Parts: sequence; structure tokens; C-alpha cells
Amino acid sequence: MGIEMQGYRLDKTMEQHEEAEGWVDEIHGTHPMDDLLRTDRLPHIWCPGCGLGTALTCFLSALRKSKFDLDKVVVVSGIGCTGRVAGYVRLDSFHTTHGRAIPFATGLKLGNPALKVVVFSGDGDLVTIGGNHFIHAARRNMDITVICVNNFNYGMTGGQAGATTPVGGVTSTSPYGNYEYPFNVSALAAASGAVYVARWTVLHARRLERSIHEALLKPGFSLVEIISPCPTGFGRRHKQREGLDTLHYYHEHGVIKHGADPRETDIGLSGALVEGKFVDLDKPTFLEQRSRRLAQALEK
Amino acid sequence: MKYWREPLDLKDIRVPHGVIHILKERCKGCGWCIEYCPRDVLAPSDEINTKGYHPPHVVQADACVSCGLCELLCPEFAIYVEETEGEVVLYER
Ligand SMILES: Cc1ncc(C[n+]2csc(CCOP(=O)(O)OP(=O)(O)O)c2C)c(N)n1
Ligand code: SF4
Ligand code: SF4
Ligand code: SF4
Ligand SMILES: [Mg+2]
Repeated sequence: MGIEMQGYRLDKTMEQHEEAEGWVDEIHGTHPMDDLLRTDRLPHIWCPGCGLGTALTCFLSALRKSKFDLDKVVVVSGIGCTGRVAGYVRLDSFHTTHGRAIPFATGLKLGNPALKVVVFSGDGDLVTIGGNHFIHAARRNMDITVICVNNFNYGMTGGQAGATTPVGGVTSTSPYGNYEYPFNVSALAAASGAVYVARWTVLHARRLERSIHEALLKPGFSLVEIISPCPTGFGRRHKQREGLDTLHYYHEHGVIKHGADPRETDIGLSGALVEGKFVDLDKPTFLEQRSRRLAQALEK
Repeated sequence: MKYWREPLDLKDIRVPHGVIHILKERCKGCGWCIEYCPRDVLAPSDEINTKGYHPPHVVQADACVSCGLCELLCPEFAIYVEETEGEVVLYER
């Protein structure tokens, strides 16, 4: 093979090019985020116009701002396109089985309470197959931060309908439109007891970054729901062939309502897409509750 | 830039300026940075990278206000801004 393109040959690695032609900043240069990424794995597998890269950038940027000791930060993902995050962060990370990121994270936190445990996974993984773990971790106020990327479908396996697919949503398993009622991820977390709940689209990247920062600093179960384009699985079946079309949709339909009642933030295929910080309250965490109870029991 | 009322401290405000760096080989041509740059600094280019995508290029270098939105929105870690001392030219919009 010897296809040439602008002087670059497809059968040569970047390193070979660098050796032959010297360092070119615009090609071999580094990005300020590179120290938090496993750059040997870049470019990532995500499609052009997928929002996952933006979601990851916002998380890493918020993590850096939070000034945590990075040796004490762990990222846990389940399975799916979003689940790949665990493999791209240059941090201690775990790629667990489908739907089981939260039980794994719970074990990590209980085994070593000094850790900052972050779950980064998809809607299908966290609230469809893993839905039970999600509500119970929130109920217990387990001290973990959950970042759930909601693209309304199972992206990785070919765009099937899941528990977050809006009514009417056309997917590979709902070709005539989905007729099941979906979960509202933020409302589910709030109703189950989460102490911090926020939702942003990837277009509102600055606000998203700020919310992740707040969630990371919040003791207890915090959830940030990220609405993100999946042109390959979902967008192209909804007149959003490219990621950019979906960003235009967010721009037109996004309505920021801090403190909104999460029950009134359902997401449909049209109409307002309510974003903002919905819940921010203080409540003793699982570990605090346990120590308190233990101390009381020992007193008797 | 047009103001409906000239701010009293207009002379003291220093608008930050940025220099854009594009890692062309990482770009997947989604166009997000181009679309959402508030200063229209970027535009699609005819260039093609090894993977067949068209990376953006800088068309109004001196208009960049170093807001960092392109850097945050880019899904590919392919563009970033470096804040510099330079003067911003605020074009009439
Ligand atoms: C136990 C089990 N069941 C099913 C699968 C197939 N599978 C892989 S990824 C996935 C869906 C992931 O969806 P989501 O969490 O929404 O991630 P996305 O790809 O949309 O980011 C499924 C069903 C699996 N890997 N393991
Ligand atoms: S299938 Fe969807 S979620 Fe997966 S990488 Fe492609 S656009 Fe992103
Ligand atoms: S830093 Fe802001 S102004 Fe400069 S190119 Fe990026 S988005 Fe445009
Ligand atoms: S946002 Fe990134 S990947 Fe998309 S066109 Fe701009 S530089 Fe390329
Ligand atoms: Mg999904």
C-alpha cells in the first residue's frame, strides 16, 4: 500500500512520519489534556460528531479544577461506547461488566473510603440493565459521583431502544416508533435519594463542566446526566444525520431551569429540553450513617 | 464591537487574546469548533488529513478572545487555545 495524501502516507505510523520529516507541531503536537489521557489509544473509537469526547473533556477539565490527588481518583465504567471512557483516562480505572459499574464502585468506596470514585457510563448501562443498582446506590446515599451519558439508545450495539428512548423514538428495535414510557434519569435519581442532580447537553459545555465540578465535591450520591448526540445510532433516524444537527436541536430546544421539579423535566422527541441543576441538598452519606449507627450500638 | 452604551471602564478592560493550535491528524471534521466559536475565528479547510477528514483552519487569528469554547467542545482533543499578550481586534459584527 502506498497511498499518498498531502505528503502523508497511510501505511506509515505518525512516529515514522516524525522520524522522516521531523516534528510538525500541528501534527505531532500535544494537547493540554494529554497528561490525563492514554494518548497511545487516540484517536478514540467514537464516531465523528459523537458527543462522548466532549463529555470526557468536560469531566477531565472539572477533575483538574477540583484539585483532587489524582492517585486517589478512580473511574469505573460499564459496557457501551460510553463505557470506553475507563480505557481512555490516564487514571486508575475499571472497565466492568454490563450494568455493574455501580456495584463495583460501591465495593471500591467501601474497601477504601479515601478514594474519590467516579462512575462514567451510558444510559443503557446505568439505568436499563443496571437500573436496580442505580436506584439503590442513590437510596443509600453511597458516596460516589455518577456521570450518565444519555443518548437515548444502546449506541454501541447498533442503536436499539432502551429504558431512556422517548415515546415515538425510532431505533433498530422500534422501527415503527417506541411505545414504551421511558425513564427520566434525573428524576429517577432525585426520587431515589440523590443529593445532587444536574442535567446538561454537551453543547452547554461550560455549565456541564461546572456541574461535574460541583458533583465531584459533593459528599454522597451525585448524578450528572449528560444529553449527548449519537448520530450513528439515534440521530440519523431522527433527521439529525450529523452530530452538529443534534447540537442545533439542543440550541433550539434547551431551556435552563435551575431548581426545576425533576418530575417536570421529561424529555420527548420535541418540545423543551429542560437543563440545569435540579437537586443540591445535604444528607449524611452511607458511610457516615453506618459509623453513627455503629457508635450508638457500641454505647449501649 | 458595538456597545449600546459605552462602559465607563472601557479603556481599562483588556480583552484576552488567544492563539489557536490545531492537531490536524486528530480531527474528525465534526465542525463544532467552527460553528460555535463566538468570534468566527475558524473555517473549514480544503486540506485533508490521513483519515480523510477536513480539519478547520484559522481565518481571523487576531479575533480570538481565548474563551476556550472550541477546546472544550472538540470531541477529539484536536484544538486548543493558548492565551497570549496580543491585542484583540474586535470586528464589527
Ligand atoms: C450482559 C450483556 N448484555 C448485553 C451486552 C451487549 N451490549 C454491549 S454495549 C450495550 C449497550 C450499551 O448502551 P449504553 O450504556 O447506552 O451505551 P452507549 O453505547 O449508548 O454509549 C449492550 C446491550 C453485553 N455486552 N453484556
Ligand atoms: S455509536 Fe453513537 S454513542 Fe457510539 S460512538 Fe457512535 S455516535 Fe457515539
Ligand atoms: S478560543 Fe474562543 S474565540 Fe478563540 S477560536 Fe476558540 S472559540 Fe473562538
Ligand atoms: S471540533 Fe475538533 S474534531 Fe471537530 S472540526 Fe473542530 S478540531 Fe476537528
Ligand atoms: Mg446509550
